[in-house]
Amino acid sequence: MFGREEKVSAIRLTAVQYIILAIFLILAYGLWRLQVMQSDFYSNLSEKNRVRDVPILAPRGKILDREGRIIVDNYPSFSALLLRDSNRDLYADADLIAQGLHMDPKELRDRIRHFASMPQYQPIFIKDDITPDELAFIESHRNELPELDTIMAHRRLYPRNGFMAHLIGYVGEVSEDMLNQPQWEFYNPGDVVGKSGVELQYNQLLMGKNGSRRALVTARGREVGRLSETPAVPGRQLKLTVDVDLQIAAEQALEGKNGAIVAMDPRTGEILAMVSRPTFDPNNFAVRIKAEDWNKLVTDENHPLLNKAIQAQLAPGSVFKIIMATAGLQEGIAQNLHVNCGGGASFYGRYFKCWVVAEHRVHGPVDISKGIYQSCDVFFYTLAEKLGIDRIAKWATLLGLGQRTGIDLPQEVTGVMPSEEWKIRNFKQKWYAGETISVGIGQGAVATTPIQLARAIAGIASGGILRRPHVTNPTDLPVGMMPAANVPNEMKIPLDPENWQTITDAMANVVNPIGTAPSAHLKDIDFAGKTGSAQTISNAAKARLANGKSKFKDNGWFVGVEPRRNPEIVVCTLLEEGEHGYLAARAAAQVIKAYVEKQRRQPTKMADHKKSVEVGAVWTTPDSDGEGDGSGRLQGGRFTLDVTSKHVPLATAAPGVN
Amino acid sequence: MARYVSFRDFDWPLVIFVLIICALGVVEIRSATEHTKFAGAHLRQIYWVIFGFAAMFLVSLVNYQALLDQVHWMYIASITSLMAVMLFGQKYLGARRWIKLPGGQHFQPSEWVKLILILAVAKYFSDLHEKELTWPDFIKAGAIVGVPMLMVLAQPDLGTALTYIPIAVMALFLGGLRVKQALVVLLLAGLTMPLAWHKLKPYQKDRLVSFMQPEADKQGSGYQVIQSLIAVGSGGVWGAKETSQTHLNFLPVPQTDFIFSAFAEAHGFVGALGVLLLYFIVLMRLTQNAQTAPDRAGTFLVMGVVAVLSFHILVNVGMVVGFMPVTGIPLPLMSYGGSSVLFMFLALGIVMNVRMRRFVN
Repeated sequence: MFGREEKVSAIRLTAVQYIILAIFLILAYGLWRLQVMQSDFYSNLSEKNRVRDVPILAPRGKILDREGRIIVDNYPSFSALLLRDSNRDLYADADLIAQGLHMDPKELRDRIRHFASMPQYQPIFIKDDITPDELAFIESHRNELPELDTIMAHRRLYPRNGFMAHLIGYVGEVSEDMLNQPQWEFYNPGDVVGKSGVELQYNQLLMGKNGSRRALVTARGREVGRLSETPAVPGRQLKLTVDVDLQIAAEQALEGKNGAIVAMDPRTGEILAMVSRPTFDPNNFAVRIKAEDWNKLVTDENHPLLNKAIQAQLAPGSVFKIIMATAGLQEGIAQNLHVNCGGGASFYGRYFKCWVVAEHRVHGPVDISKGIYQSCDVFFYTLAEKLGIDRIAKWATLLGLGQRTGIDLPQEVTGVMPSEEWKIRNFKQKWYAGETISVGIGQGAVATTPIQLARAIAGIASGGILRRPHVTNPTDLPVGMMPAANVPNEMKIPLDPENWQTITDAMANVVNPIGTAPSAHLKDIDFAGKTGSAQTISNAAKARLANGKSKFKDNGWFVGVEPRRNPEIVVCTLLEEGEHGYLAARAAAQVIKAYVEKQRRQPTKMADHKKSVEVGAVWTTPDSDGEGDGSGRLQGGRFTLDVTSKHVPLATAAPGVN
Repeated sequence: MARYVSFRDFDWPLVIFVLIICALGVVEIRSATEHTKFAGAHLRQIYWVIFGFAAMFLVSLVNYQALLDQVHWMYIASITSLMAVMLFGQKYLGARRWIKLPGGQHFQPSEWVKLILILAVAKYFSDLHEKELTWPDFIKAGAIVGVPMLMVLAQPDLGTALTYIPIAVMALFLGGLRVKQALVVLLLAGLTMPLAWHKLKPYQKDRLVSFMQPEADKQGSGYQVIQSLIAVGSGGVWGAKETSQTHLNFLPVPQTDFIFSAFAEAHGFVGALGVLLLYFIVLMRLTQNAQTAPDRAGTFLVMGVVAVLSFHILVNVGMVVGFMPVTGIPLPLMSYGGSSVLFMFLALGIVMNVRMRRFVN
């Protein structure tokens, strides 16, 4: 009988023993696999766990003007962060922290809560760009608030109020789209790169190379040891050809208006000033632009982000007459052309008005000179008809219209110079002779950028040499850094000396009482130029639509040179909705005047100016006494130019530094 | 029956091996918690070991036959306590496993129930009259284990509930389980899988998924597995020079669930295999005690302990080397934790109990 005393089956007991043995062998195999077979693999992983490469950020190169004055600098920006790997009750400390950092305690708590689910070794950034007193608060509370820490990064500091914003550009984190493009493929996400203007064009030079530090870290990410370090290579500084004094004059000249001014030295092609309005503040981009601010900028119908000096292509209006004059004279037609301006003329069955009718007078007999300085439309209608669009196009193209100037800034536009071939290619239609008439006075399909006009007019005034505009000097750049342009540095066009003289003398008369911009006259300065008022839509259409709404006001143009022949400076002004060329002329005159006065004050020519006055500059607000009490302002050094200035204060640096 | 028992019959070799394992555990706990907020845990572990050791002696004094005679009451008591948990239990960490005692202490019945189950199952099978298990007996056996197990599952405490299974399996196997019945069990298990999957909590599902593919969620549930593998693997043959994974906080809970990983990192394949060998010796020694037991009940008792011990080792070390999903099951004698240590020593007390009476008839 089976009962308690019966032993358990010995076989089964032995079976259990073998099963246990099997289990242990399997476990031993597991150990073998990890510790003998794959030991190296896991050792590497353990290394990766505990060794971190921390980047040492390279400061971006400064941007200077032609005299070495600092325009764009970096400043050390501190961010406050909360470490979460300790046992501290962050919510309890939130009040004190918020008080010291001038934050709202509730917002701070919300932020802490928001990040509660993230791994504890990740700190929370609670405030960017903290002020010195907030930094002092953190430092002085190291014992009471050990979870509060700071991290430093270099941030870009741009001049205030959008000074030179379009030329300089701004920086931001490289975007995914950019990374997919070939020229950006060696950059990493998170890199700060130039996004527009000079910052973009010369990004490679300015950027420097980040270093790295190999550190031993715990699972919490806290550094407990340093293994090796590669120092960062700072970015190189970039010297522009721009003169801050002239830039200030140009910015002041355009105050309150929309448009652009560009000033260039025609002998070298160096850009001396470039302004576009409306402007934006690139400092907003330097930290992180809010989506709503960005949207506002992008949808603003005045296009604040557009650098109108190189990206606005508009009908040049009467400024085009200089080009017409060149074409007409060189083709031997204009010298002997005499018309009678009675306020308009008929061509191809249409009546074309002369602007002078609005002043209730007529021009009467007009030759080429009077045609220029009085800007007679009838003269140039006639000339246009005689030349024909293709000859006009030929000369205009020689003078650089319809093509990029090759300036070393990104996204320059080409403008439009129509011709028969152009019309067929783009519209599959024949060019009607009637369209030539409007082109003759710079209307119709012609569209130019300020820089194109500046180069063209300056080229004519220089006797027929067009130079490629640039904002940096090749000699200031390391070898190979100058971006290649498809435009030759110098282009010569045929211009007979008498024609040259005729045109330039006529241009000089523009700013005399007999010209169209007498109010822009500059005493004792050989100033010459041409005005332009360009309609954006036809008069008839305007009357039908807008009722004078600003969108359809004319644009005012002016291109001026000083002196009239072989000029040292050319200034092109575009006043959007500025109605009349003479207003643009006055603005240009301001810049010319500033140039001349500065020149006369200095014994040496600007281009040779060697005195470099560079000191680290961090901005102070103008109403501070320079000491700064630390709240809301950053302290910095000051410097001054060693020049005896009297009437017009010369700039010592970009606006913001006293 | 003669009541003469001698402590010479205490299984001293077994005790020595057990204490060696405990000592290794204490050393590793100390090393792993040295600079953390758990520092000093190794001292508490020592107290538990001493306390457990004393308890082992006490348990071995009462003749196990007497214990077995009272097992019905003990079983009822355990069911009652589980029910009390279900009705009055405190919810903690999402599970109702504890009852608050008047003294303020917490009482977790499910561990005690495990001990009582071993006793109950041993009694039941020792009373059977057939060499092979009949169907009614089979079902009754299933119920004895199944009822408390379901109650624990309802707490919910999947981990502890699963540890009841080896008790049942071992007893069934030794008690004459027929092949057909084994197949029924397997079939049942297979059928309840989908239902079980449904009932699993998300974190439990995560653990299973991470077990299959630790890479899928490196920062979350896969993290523990991956860190364990890295720690163990970087131990190499002789141990890592700098046990960075344990000491730089990469290995999670190195003093409890992952103590074997910490040990393996520090002492390499040689050390880890050595510990496995020690456990194996302990198990074989226990089995020998089972073979020399005076009656079936004694055998069942000791083998019940063997079952639980083996299961814990299998699941914990299996998890450490990546063969098993992450569970909360500690490594007996090495993992830090009072209830685990206490349970083991009480169970060993029962074994001593049986062994010391092996010459009694």
